[in-house]
Amino acid sequence: MKKLFEKHNNWFFRAGFVITAFMLLMILIGQFWTPYEPSAMDASAKGLAPSLSHLFGTDKFGRDIFSRVMEGAGSTLLIAFFVVLIGASAGVLIGAVTGYCGGIVDEILMRICDGITAFPSVMLALIIIAVLGPGKWNVIWVLAILFIPSFARVVRTEFSRIKKQNYISLAKLQGVGPLRIIIRHMLPNAFPVLLPAISIGFNNAVLAEASMSFLGVGVSVNEVSLGRMLNDSQNYILRGLPWYALFVGLTIALLILGFSLLGEGLQKNNEG
Amino acid sequence: MKKFFGVLLSVVMILLLLGGCGGKTNSTEASGETSATKEQADTGAAARKANNEIVVGIAQDLSSSLDPYELSTAGTRELMFNVYEALYKVAPSGDYEPALATAYTVSDDGLTYRFTLREGVKFHNDAVLTAADVVYSFNTCREKSVDKNVKAALQNVAEVKADDNTVTMTLTAPNSDFLVYVGSVYIVPDSYSDQATKPVGTGPFVFTERKVQDSIVFTRFENYWGEKAKIQKVTFRIFDTETALVTALDSDTVDLFAHLTSTQVNGLSKNYEVLEGTMNLVQALYINNAVKPFDDVRVRQALNYAIDVDAMLQMTADGHGTKLGSSIYPAFTKYFDESLVNAYPHDAAKAKELLTQAGYPNGFDMTITVPSNYTNHVDTAVVLAEQLKEAGINATVQEVEWDAWVTDIYQGRNFQTTVVGFDASTLTAEALLARFVSDSSKNMCNYQNTEFDALMAEAGSITDDARRTECYRAAEKLLSDDAANVYLQDMADFVALRSTLSGFRFYPLYVLDLSGLTY
Repeated sequence: MKKLFEKHNNWFFRAGFVITAFMLLMILIGQFWTPYEPSAMDASAKGLAPSLSHLFGTDKFGRDIFSRVMEGAGSTLLIAFFVVLIGASAGVLIGAVTGYCGGIVDEILMRICDGITAFPSVMLALIIIAVLGPGKWNVIWVLAILFIPSFARVVRTEFSRIKKQNYISLAKLQGVGPLRIIIRHMLPNAFPVLLPAISIGFNNAVLAEASMSFLGVGVSVNEVSLGRMLNDSQNYILRGLPWYALFVGLTIALLILGFSLLGEGLQKNNEG
Repeated sequence: MKKFFGVLLSVVMILLLLGGCGGKTNSTEASGETSATKEQADTGAAARKANNEIVVGIAQDLSSSLDPYELSTAGTRELMFNVYEALYKVAPSGDYEPALATAYTVSDDGLTYRFTLREGVKFHNDAVLTAADVVYSFNTCREKSVDKNVKAALQNVAEVKADDNTVTMTLTAPNSDFLVYVGSVYIVPDSYSDQATKPVGTGPFVFTERKVQDSIVFTRFENYWGEKAKIQKVTFRIFDTETALVTALDSDTVDLFAHLTSTQVNGLSKNYEVLEGTMNLVQALYINNAVKPFDDVRVRQALNYAIDVDAMLQMTADGHGTKLGSSIYPAFTKYFDESLVNAYPHDAAKAKELLTQAGYPNGFDMTITVPSNYTNHVDTAVVLAEQLKEAGINATVQEVEWDAWVTDIYQGRNFQTTVVGFDASTLTAEALLARFVSDSSKNMCNYQNTEFDALMAEAGSITDDARRTECYRAAEKLLSDDAANVYLQDMADFVALRSTLSGFRFYPLYVLDLSGLTY
């Protein structure tokens, strides 16, 4: 970690780190404490402008937007986390197998991945959700599956490169089993490439969740997430509640910016 | 393998097409309109005024069939009121006034009705109304009406006889609501078979064109027997998402939009005048009485105690709306029982106690399914879910498309709870209560109570009006006692009307009368 900060004056990484750390801190606090109960309604405080008591104002049910953003960003991030966790695990597995084995297995798995990437991911997710029905876990599974190819591709490329290295051939000659070669010798060396992919994957997952909830197929109406809030807010932009959309949008933007900068910084680090 | 992918690909393509045809089309269209500049919108509205035409926004497409005896949804009946007419027609006051008949006489024993037909009435297809058309209409309606109450009432008509300019109906038993039922038998030309797609009636507006999932056009009927409509052309456009609806209002795309919520009319531009009436429907958290845990009356009562209707009204409609207490709304002055309104005052502690008795000391998870195109129902559901938390019930609100709601929930009865409003198709207590008779095909809630069935059967078979009223009121009380559903409100009906227009009339039924509108 220290190296990352010092090396090549990596400003991308620093800025990304600061923004992400700040956002994560807010979200973490939001899990234990928010100024108001995020779902608590108050008929006497409907549609208030931002003030000291309601930093981001209130929505049409008098709910505190700041509290809701804190909690909503948490659930958005949680969805993104699981999407990346599942997607990356499966992606690494597929990438490792195809990269190491090559041949027919490689052909079949990678053509399936090509098939998935051929469709715009949100579009495909919408269709699947239309069949499965909306809900947090359905969204997670659908997005996770759609995210597999991007990870698989990165890992596969790296593996087929490493496979040709002398130390792998040496290990093979020494009679080391394929499983041990993959886990002990190849995976650690693919890690520097995987890290930025995960960071960017996170970024995309946050956006995908927001778009899906925005389109009304993500989390249910009475759950909180950034996309859902953006969906709620859009009707009130011209109806006296412009700050609602503004603050939710800004939160998404900051979250994305943080991850993007982190990813960029990590990549620069590899190159340098 | 290749074949498998072929099949997979075609399935995906079909889904893609379906997805493309679904509700989303309208929202894209509407967002396109946002970019239209204010000036253009104004000229649009001005141009409509110059052409004497209006655009009316509606929240859902009409039923696939427009046949007068197959009008299954309230949203369809509401519009077709302008196209079809009966011998007698409901007036804004709730009285039935002469329409295609000019007068009627009834025999002393209440069994024979004689209607004198209006002379020179023309159908939209230029045919002249004859007594034979009336006989044909009554016979067809009796045979195939989807309105079970109308159908049942017509079974008591032994004979409908045409005689020059009069029609005589003989009943097997007297029915004090008979004129109301006569008022719901729309008169159509004899043996015209295209009613489902090209409806022909005698009303002030002619059905002209329909684009499925997009728009419906009515034009003024120039040969109308009575006072002609003032507006030349009415275009109904479907806005089935709240965004589309709000955008349409803010961009001046529509001239009239009924059934809005107070939030939607708050902050409307000065181009609109906001009128307030009541929707004339029973909005409730409808419960599937047949599924666990809702098959236990204590659980349903707990829901009633857990929900604070006043607070909900405050939250969703700034306090507008009328509390109900049972499946009847106040326009039915004779049957509305005020004492039921507060049968279940808000009491979370009592709700918890009932849940404990029923074996759910820690509450349970439930789903409230709502049609996503009705913002007022969605808002209500979100507020109810929040209120139920207090009693330890964890409710998830799930939005579904209107079509899915009709097939899965209304017809398939595959749900736990749902928030919608049921309207009365005729001004009779039957129209609101008969759906809870155990074996009714409309008994979506699977409510079973033999006592209720007996009361409804008795009310349907007797003529003593006082006793009938008693039966209906007792039936309403049973619905309340059994906590069949959580009866919420007759919603405030906000209508946004272009300020240059006037002449909008509210009815005690769920109808949208356009004939009085004028610039």
